[in-house]
Amino acid sequence: MSQPTDQPTNKHRREFLAGAAAVTATAIAPGVFLQSVADAAPRASAVTDDVRYGMLIDTTKCADGCNDCVSACDKENGIDLLSKPEGASEELWEMQRPRWIRTVKLKNNLTGRVTSLPMMCQHCEHPPCVDVCPTGASFRRADGIVMVDRHTCIGCRYCMMACPYNARSFIHENIQTTLTAVPRGKGCVESCTFCVQRRDNGGTTTACQDACTQGAIVFGDLKDPDSAVSQAMAKYPNVQIRADLKLNTGVRYTDV
Amino acid sequence: MKRNFGLSLLLVLCLGLLGGLGMVHAGEGVKGSAKADKLDACVAPTAFMRRNHFELIKHQRHITVHEGIRKTDHSLAGCVDCHVRKDAQGSHVPVNTPGEFCAGCHQFTGTTLDCFTCHATKPTGN
Repeated sequence: MSQPTDQPTNKHRREFLAGAAAVTATAIAPGVFLQSVADAAPRASAVTDDVRYGMLIDTTKCADGCNDCVSACDKENGIDLLSKPEGASEELWEMQRPRWIRTVKLKNNLTGRVTSLPMMCQHCEHPPCVDVCPTGASFRRADGIVMVDRHTCIGCRYCMMACPYNARSFIHENIQTTLTAVPRGKGCVESCTFCVQRRDNGGTTTACQDACTQGAIVFGDLKDPDSAVSQAMAKYPNVQIRADLKLNTGVRYTDV
Repeated sequence: MKRNFGLSLLLVLCLGLLGGLGMVHAGEGVKGSAKADKLDACVAPTAFMRRNHFELIKHQRHITVHEGIRKTDHSLAGCVDCHVRKDAQGSHVPVNTPGEFCAGCHQFTGTTLDCFTCHATKPTGN
């Protein structure tokens, strides 16, 4: 198995780019920041299937016990604003609290090899959660992001049963505080959206990717052969989890 | 001794009352503190907005969720951002607080509003 060896290169490249960005920011007249203007432009036309968003997760870089991607996701999507309802037991809360990313440990029973990985919505091309939804609330956006339209979600939770990855959460209680970009309310199902608020506002990364100090997560357009994620997928052996279900997941894993 | 105690009690009560009258309550929107207060009209003429704002928002919610279009004048986040008022301390007062922009009218017209069971009632910056 070939191991990804581009980590030092990428790091230097990143540092160089960060330096270059800093220079650009200072060189341009006060108040004019080209980068931030480009990032802040909200989407004005409908998403198309010219792109399909996907992710490659290198599990060899995933340390057991590391929780960085999960906490970054919680912060980005306002999940950290939720707390245990009064009177609920700790055990129940741990079972039912919303989680868009779970850390999963896989063990090969023959060899004893243990792999840790983050498990979230796999953004399938043929999502079972969309098949079973009685109202059309669970849907796949043209750019491949599988989402819940909370305006039509009736909270039946069929999608949670149908998802082979246990990726969806249900909101059981009234919510006091939400973020403007991530509305959330009692009685609806939710899951990872590939940080859709960033996608629609010109962002190129996800919160989990930004938080990963090991660079284990590569995100991008699967249909663009030059994108970082396509290049990485072409280079390193990777698999879909439960590939036997033929869902063509958008999230793939190296060395599972 | 007893008389002194009574006097001081009266004094404390009076001071409390006076303080209460003069105090600006935290959590109460200050008139003119919303961005909208400084503008002549909303994204459409006021008369149109009064009767049709919900149609605009309902249309917008579909194209935002399903098509990802966020660059329009008709987003609920935009309503909240522009119409939210600040209290005397300068912090935002939720638009669904009784008497504030959204709740003020909806209470008067007896309309049950579901937006804010999920959506943020004041700008959160992201």
